[in-house]
Amino acid sequence: MSETIKNFLYLNRRAPYGTIYAWESLEVVLIGAAFDQDVSLAFVDDGVFQLTKGQDTAGVGMKNFSPTYAALGDYEVKKIYIEKESLEERGLSLDDLQHLTWEDEDDDYAEKDSIHLVTRAEMAAIMDGADVVFSF
Amino acid sequence: MPIEVDGKTFETDEEGYLSNINDWVPGVATVMSKEDDLELTDEHWDIINYLREYYEEYQIAPAVRVLTKAVGKKFGKDKGNSKYLYGLFPYGPAKQACRYAGLPKPTGCV
Repeated sequence: MSETIKNFLYLNRRAPYGTIYAWESLEVVLIGAAFDQDVSLAFVDDGVFQLTKGQDTAGVGMKNFSPTYAALGDYEVKKIYIEKESLEERGLSLDDLQHLTWEDEDDDYAEKDSIHLVTRAEMAAIMDGADVVFSF
Repeated sequence: MPIEVDGKTFETDEEGYLSNINDWVPGVATVMSKEDDLELTDEHWDIINYLREYYEEYQIAPAVRVLTKAVGKKFGKDKGNSKYLYGLFPYGPAKQACRYAGLPKPTGCV
């Protein structure tokens, strides 16, 4: 295993269904999180729909994998960035998204928020600061 | 190869995982463990049932690391280690226990 811990950013831009990108991204994140890397997720453009509550895929014939995002905390993925402008342009707010948390073992398993709302400019800085960006 | 439980046939994939998770009945785990010459104890069932609960909630089978941590939290720190889990499931907690529980092979498990 590599000695340097790299900062990986998984960038999600597409709607959850219709293509396989969102699910593939999530699977790669879960596999990658098993290795000691610093993982962040970003949701921009239609990618913000991936985290919406109350998804029902009965009509599209794809598995509803939205409950799996709630497992990210177990995989120690604690940094999930949502672009504010992308939400607003789609008439959404944080209330429309799942509430994702992680448990801090060192703080008596306190639940802490994983989701951070950032502006487009802040998102650009986050991308700039990542060692590796995987775009889905 | 399909397996037979109480006269009913269950389809499995080429690696022995149940084809349809919704078909599962506890007898599946019993029959699979007999093939591995393993006697299921309450401790085994704790893990099998926990895996099914985890899948129900998150729609995935947890990675070993995640399972280990969760077991430690739920059943006591002395059980939250791979030694304990491999003691129960010598072929690997995720691989063997998930198969008994009727779940698909865990993501990232080779």
